[in-house]
Amino acid sequence: MHVLVPVKHVIDYNVQIQIKSGQVVHDQVKHSINPFDEIALEEAIRLKEKSFISKITAISIGPEDVKPTLRHALALGADQALHIHTDETLSTLNRAEVLQAIVSKENIDLVLMGKQAIDDDANQTGQILAALLQWPQATFASEIKPGDTWEVTREVDGGLQTIAITLPAVITVDLRLNEPRFASLPNIMKAKSKPCQTIPINEFNLTEDQAIEILEVTEPPKRQAGTMVKEIDDLIKIIQEHCA
Amino acid sequence: MKTLVIAEHQHDVLSPLTANCIEAANKLSNSCDVLLIGSKLDTIQKELSTLPSIDTCLLVESPKLSHPIAETYAPIIADIAKSYDVILMSNSTQTKDILPRVAGLMKITPLTDVIEIIDNETFKRPIYAGNAIQKVRYQAQHKLISIRPTAFKPTGETNISNISFKSIQPTIPQTKTSWVNMAEATSERPELTAAKIIVSGGRGVGSKDNFKKIESIADLMGAAIGASRAAVDAGYVPNDYQVGQTGKIVAPDTYLCFGISGAIQHLAGMKDSQTIIAIDKDPDAPIFKVADYGYVGDLFEVIDLLQNSMATS
Ligand SMILES: Cc1cc2nc3c(=O)[nH]c(=O)nc-3n(C[C@H](O)[C@H](O)[C@H](O)COP(=O)(O)OP(=O)(O)OC[C@H]3O[C@@H](n4cnc5c(N)ncnc54)[C@H](O)[C@@H]3O)c2cc1C
Repeated sequence: MHVLVPVKHVIDYNVQIQIKSGQVVHDQVKHSINPFDEIALEEAIRLKEKSFISKITAISIGPEDVKPTLRHALALGADQALHIHTDETLSTLNRAEVLQAIVSKENIDLVLMGKQAIDDDANQTGQILAALLQWPQATFASEIKPGDTWEVTREVDGGLQTIAITLPAVITVDLRLNEPRFASLPNIMKAKSKPCQTIPINEFNLTEDQAIEILEVTEPPKRQAGTMVKEIDDLIKIIQEHCA
Repeated sequence: MKTLVIAEHQHDVLSPLTANCIEAANKLSNSCDVLLIGSKLDTIQKELSTLPSIDTCLLVESPKLSHPIAETYAPIIADIAKSYDVILMSNSTQTKDILPRVAGLMKITPLTDVIEIIDNETFKRPIYAGNAIQKVRYQAQHKLISIRPTAFKPTGETNISNISFKSIQPTIPQTKTSWVNMAEATSERPELTAAKIIVSGGRGVGSKDNFKKIESIADLMGAAIGASRAAVDAGYVPNDYQVGQTGKIVAPDTYLCFGISGAIQHLAGMKDSQTIIAIDKDPDAPIFKVADYGYVGDLFEVIDLLQNSMATS
């Protein structure tokens, strides 16, 4: 069984982003794997360790800059990496179409991916991909139990929902699914000899989707820091005024 | 602009977020249609009749539709959506699951988490956990949009409703998804996203037992309970309480938080609250940068004193 794990190269979650001339500054800013995708990859690696799956392919769409994230994925345990090379920012529909093409080319049985990327916070690609493939989907997974049908527990408003899906399928993961491992030095070295293939975007014959055009990016209105209350009795009064 | 609002419901009761969605729809057109999908819709129908600006409510009712499974719901919605210019849903985990699947079936990129409607094709949405706001032009034959409910006031009730109801016989697709169960985080307290007051606790609360103290003052205030991801991960409270980038987005009148440092991912979920009151023992905790009132000290001391003074008053 072959699993595809899309990994997005994003500004590191610890970085406070900067905005200049209507755009988010990327130059000289630390980037890393989207944390949700790292959890998806970790889950794939665990499934492989337990022999539920046999092969993991990591894939990233973007410019040359995304390579470190693919190398990171190989160091963690992906068997091969695919770099879909483009300098444009694709729409989520186009990204899903690229993944759809790879799914059939590579005979993928399961796509495991993050529920959202922490840059655009869109939370769409997995669901769109599942629709294009006409596959079942289980989003926001916090527990995955493989079997004849796969039982997936999902984090939803109001609690935890469990559904069962038949593979092939798309599963998107939430933060509590697992805690990703660190790449060991020997594995980082070994990763260098693992296959990493680059495919130019024009091989996909996409119809460029321009439904969403970004006009500008601005800072959100800033909250003013308020008052520090020194006396605990004053604090209690303030709380009571506001919480009556 | 022919506009369709997709209503959500739980336990045969209309989700209060539907009223926020109708308010958003009103910014695009004078009236809208509403789509209601489920297995038992009569009570919800009555509730919808109290909301203004609805022309037709389309009813898709079947015992096979009792659970909101994306693989089942999406083709039904996609089929109906073809007759509309704009399709609106309120951002919930259910919407996040279903709407992009509808979009995939219609081969249209959806626009999720809209916080401002400037005109028919210009919208604002947060990115980077709300640390930046994107202004976009969105042009599509059928615009598929989810709105952030806290950014749109719920529309008021009306007693002059012109709503009419129309049943649609659905073709229910065969799917490879089956329902297993739902472990509900049951609570008598107000729903987080609709609450006027939220009392929230973080890792600083220290244990599940200690968290009961937070719960008891929340109950004295009639407040909802929130938590940081660290508190959820540590097992103090269920996942449903999490506020933040990957949890609930809230904007109550008062957000009172204890032992939450204020990581950007947490702030993403609560910084639109009207008044923020924060108690943390670390004077450098980033939460104080957004708090209207901050207090540096031991949270348990504050809780005990608060409890005593509320009990006597
Ligand atoms: C992709 C991603 C998404 C995330 N999404 C979310 C999200 O949706 N929501 C979320 O909350 N987090 C989220 N996080 C996690 C976030 O980064 C923080 O780790 C988390 O919010 C920290 O929770 P905390 O403030 O409770 O814990 P800490 O940061 O450990 O803060 C605990 C605070 O309690 C104080 N304290 C301790 N004891 C006392 C005492 N006795 N009296 C007073 N104060 C005390 C300490 O001084 C400290 O400031 C996400 C992280 C990632 C990577």
